[in-house]
Amino acid sequence: MYTQALNVKDTGKPASAEDPGKLARFQARIDAEEKIEPNDWMPEAYRRTLIRQISQHAHSEIIGMQPEGNWITRAPSLRRKAGLLAKVQDEGGHGLYLYAAAETLGCSREELVDQLLAGKAKYSSIFNYPTLSWADIGAIGWLVDGAAIMNQIPLCRCSYGPYARAMIRVCKEESFHQRQGYEIMMTLSRGSAAQKAMAQDALNRWWWPSLMMFGPSDKDSVHSTDTMKWKIKRFSNDDLRQKFVDATVPQGHYLGLEFPDPALKRDEKTGHWQHGEIDWSEFKRVLAGDGPCNRQRMKVRTKAHEDGTWVREAALAHARKRAERAAAVRIAAE
Amino acid sequence: MSSTTAALQSRRAPARKAKAGGRTSRPAAGKADAASSPLFSYVVSLADDALVLGHRLSEWTGYAPTLEEDIALPNLALDLIGQARFFYAYAGEIEGKGRDEDALAYLRDEHGFSNVLLAEQPNGDFAATMLRQLLYAAFMHPYFQALTASKDARLAEIAAKAVKEMAYHVRHSAEWVIRLGDGTEESRRRAAAALDELWMYTGELFEMGEGERALVGAGVAVDRESIRPAWDATINRVLAEATLERPAPCGMQSGGRAGRHTEYLGRMLAEMQVLHRAHPGVTW
Repeated sequence: MYTQALNVKDTGKPASAEDPGKLARFQARIDAEEKIEPNDWMPEAYRRTLIRQISQHAHSEIIGMQPEGNWITRAPSLRRKAGLLAKVQDEGGHGLYLYAAAETLGCSREELVDQLLAGKAKYSSIFNYPTLSWADIGAIGWLVDGAAIMNQIPLCRCSYGPYARAMIRVCKEESFHQRQGYEIMMTLSRGSAAQKAMAQDALNRWWWPSLMMFGPSDKDSVHSTDTMKWKIKRFSNDDLRQKFVDATVPQGHYLGLEFPDPALKRDEKTGHWQHGEIDWSEFKRVLAGDGPCNRQRMKVRTKAHEDGTWVREAALAHARKRAERAAAVRIAAE
Repeated sequence: MSSTTAALQSRRAPARKAKAGGRTSRPAAGKADAASSPLFSYVVSLADDALVLGHRLSEWTGYAPTLEEDIALPNLALDLIGQARFFYAYAGEIEGKGRDEDALAYLRDEHGFSNVLLAEQPNGDFAATMLRQLLYAAFMHPYFQALTASKDARLAEIAAKAVKEMAYHVRHSAEWVIRLGDGTEESRRRAAAALDELWMYTGELFEMGEGERALVGAGVAVDRESIRPAWDATINRVLAEATLERPAPCGMQSGGRAGRHTEYLGRMLAEMQVLHRAHPGVTW
């Protein structure tokens, strides 16, 4: 998920400092909708932007396993338990091939994970909110994965080949997750009074953070125009957010749920749903590290990584031993 | 279903009559399904083994030592939970009282669960989880292989699917046990400790009650003792390659089949069942 990294200003060597001839040929290829592949020449700023974006996307998938993982052991039926397990596993899978896509740009998975654990790399802010009831599993699938899909479908046409190809697969799975989440919400909304209240409460808590997933309003957006020019990003934050709201509001009404936004109304002229003002101070607070679960998410990830150190060391040591033995056998044979 | 199976199922009826007649029946170690047919009890025990171990594995999701393992462990868990669902669904049909997979998984207390104690042991560290998996899968793989020849067509069908899954579980856990045993000093120490802790729960894999023996006689269930050579061969091969010593024969723990568990199962079920039980009768 998540293009939050594209809202960050790039501070390295600017593209304008590159060889003008190479830069022109590069831009011509992008304008012709050709894919840029790992061994092709690319401006350093393009490489940096992509590493930042893809790795943040990967980190988001990994951290995103936590809030949903919170309900695996309490899932209320075996079917739901299997569905949720498979979903969280998919997220791990997304993380894996996104790290692999980032590695094609010359940055190892270990380096990227170290940046995450050192707090130098971000992940999507949405995962700093807690999952407080089973309905949150439905709301995350419906809203968070729904928002992610809006962000990610354009990324399937991203100019960088490995990322675009990874996104095609990710989008297929996310769209399944979104339907699965909506189906959970549907079941709860059609269920007992307590279940319906659970669904409403989840919508109340996840609606605004989901809208924030698209990043700051276009008028406040600090990202350079380069990402648009390079066809990494193809639509503005507000355009994508509007698409999401238009798609999601009727779905919520179909469930018989209310959106926690008294200003929400349909513009009869344009047909678009207009939402109220987003509380950007909350967005900034969570982004700055003061969301409800920022510390906890990093603590858990760090602990899992540290607890696993001896296992990774053992695997490496064993692989070395095997290689040495194989070499000894070869030498003896010669 | 074969006629022998039907005959074994019908043994449920006299047991119920006895109860209705007000005779004091011998308490069967707190087992909730004491009055049920041997086939029902047998199928439920297969389901309980799979669910309880699958649940344990699912607890790892997101906390594994590598990203690859964060994908592999849920995979193992999904296989086992899938097996449990098939077995529970079948058990519910055998019983014929309208209990579905969720009624069996979520609405029985720990005394009603008949899984082996090995399955419910806490995850511990990664070595303990992989050793537990190896000890279990090295048994269940040949067991399901034999069960594919069951005279009960449903059991044979479920076993045919499960046998492929358990082959992978053996391979995956064996590879890790070998890496950890023959890895670093620390990993070797942890693997040896886990093996030592878990060994006393392996005897129960081979135990059979009276009902199960009757099912073996009828060609429905598999003689657990007949699995020993295959289990020994796998365990010995893997431990040798892992440079770990096979523990000396020791006193074995058992009781799981009769609903007498270790202290760990109650807590595990409390967590697993809490939401389902908080909202009785609803659809999820």
